[in-house]
Amino acid sequence: MAKITFITRENETVTLEGTSGSVMQLAVDNNVPGIDGDCGGVCSCATCHVHVDTAHTSKTGEASEIEADMLELNDHANAQSRLCCQLEISEDLDGVVLQVAEAE
Amino acid sequence: MIDNNTETKTCVVIGASHGGVNFAFSLRKEGWLGKIILIDKDPLLPYHRPPLSKSYLTNGDGMDANLLKSKESYDKDQVELLLGVSVGEIDKEEKYIGLNNGTKLSYDKLVLATGARPFIPPITGIETATDLFPLRTGRDVENIRAAFEKSISKKIVIIGGGYIGLETAASLKKLGGEVTVLEREARVLARVTAPEMSSFFMELHKKNGVDVLVDKNVVSIDNTEGVNTISCGDGSSYDADIIIVGVGIKVNSELAMEAGLTLENGIEVDETAKTSDASIYAIGDCTYHFNPHYNRKIRLESVQNAVDQAKVAAAAICGKSPVYDSIPWFWSDQYDVKLQMVGLSNDYDEIVHRSEEGDNKFSIWYFKGSELLAVDAVNNPKAFVVGTKFLKQSKLIDKAKLKDNSVVFKPVNLLK
Repeated sequence: MAKITFITRENETVTLEGTSGSVMQLAVDNNVPGIDGDCGGVCSCATCHVHVDTAHTSKTGEASEIEADMLELNDHANAQSRLCCQLEISEDLDGVVLQVAEAE
Repeated sequence: MIDNNTETKTCVVIGASHGGVNFAFSLRKEGWLGKIILIDKDPLLPYHRPPLSKSYLTNGDGMDANLLKSKESYDKDQVELLLGVSVGEIDKEEKYIGLNNGTKLSYDKLVLATGARPFIPPITGIETATDLFPLRTGRDVENIRAAFEKSISKKIVIIGGGYIGLETAASLKKLGGEVTVLEREARVLARVTAPEMSSFFMELHKKNGVDVLVDKNVVSIDNTEGVNTISCGDGSSYDADIIIVGVGIKVNSELAMEAGLTLENGIEVDETAKTSDASIYAIGDCTYHFNPHYNRKIRLESVQNAVDQAKVAAAAICGKSPVYDSIPWFWSDQYDVKLQMVGLSNDYDEIVHRSEEGDNKFSIWYFKGSELLAVDAVNNPKAFVVGTKFLKQSKLIDKAKLKDNSVVFKPVNLLK
């Protein structure tokens, strides 16, 4: 079980609990605005872009090469950027805070 | 005049796949307060379609793993689902639709997200074939999996070397099938990619033990004691327990046609996804729409188009003035190869090939004169995002620099 907090583009805070699957799916299932996951989680569309709170980047680890490439030219990407379809829910993510990135 | 008082209004959506579902949730997000009724003849809770030929088929983890939205999200946004129900008619004068169970549903706005269905070619004897399936729905995949488990020979013939055929071939091979793909044209993916890409995918499948045969026009199917024999125009024939048909689609436009909406290669819509009737919108695979980037009307079979038109239609119905101007993009996964495509390559007159370090990592850039039309990126998301950027900005590219993989792959380095 992990508690995951999303901060939406409208600055609303949504905290959800998940046990398995991707963070993207958790957000989509709970209608978190701004997380679309159009490609279903295969790292092809970049519609699940979040910024990991700087204090929590050790929880999420680093983006894979594919993921980093997908984000490289995104106008809103920074060092905290992740595509949350690539974040698998586990205890390690408990307490993580994710800011939903602006749309491209 | 746009009436913003939607509280007492009803929006009915026919078709609950990528287009319809995204539309329903976007409409709520745009501020629609009235009823939203989402109808589909598929009884399953709406699911992602692209994984059907990929992970659904291989993993067998069921449909729940890939739902578009959880059951609870429909309740939360008050989207009423009518699943397993067919629509028989649209009366656009009286503004209601008739369901096949006899119910009539009145609408203020109607959205057609009816998509397409597999085209089953009129091959002699096809009606006698056993375990012959298209691949478009969750049920199709369940049927294929059941037939595969039952099959002793595990011999499968796939008719059609397009994306569905090739992805299904890769998946069934992974499950241990003996797979043969029969393509009518001289190369696979002939309709959508350059010859170079066709060769690459032919080789990829051969390497993985799938027989991909071209110039194979299937002329008849015979069935003897449960074994199908598929015969081609060149005299060759192939036995199979299971046949998968992936030769293209037919647009589900009959309802729209009977209702008297304007049709042309699908349901004709304007830049806000509105049909020829002011209260009826259409989105997704079933629409024939204008693409500003390519300056022509097109019909697309893609998730991107369904989702983007859904958002546009929702905004338009809620009184905004959106314009649909997306650049199309697509993806396909076969074995360990990730293919991402952006743009439309039709009418290209030049190809630029760029290879990167590492195995099977390259991109094909389609040009017409100096104009970039499209990019196919193989295991190369960077090419996909660079290509997308260029297409959006319509910038001129230096082809010599593009070709040269010692030039660092950044848009600024590749400009003319």
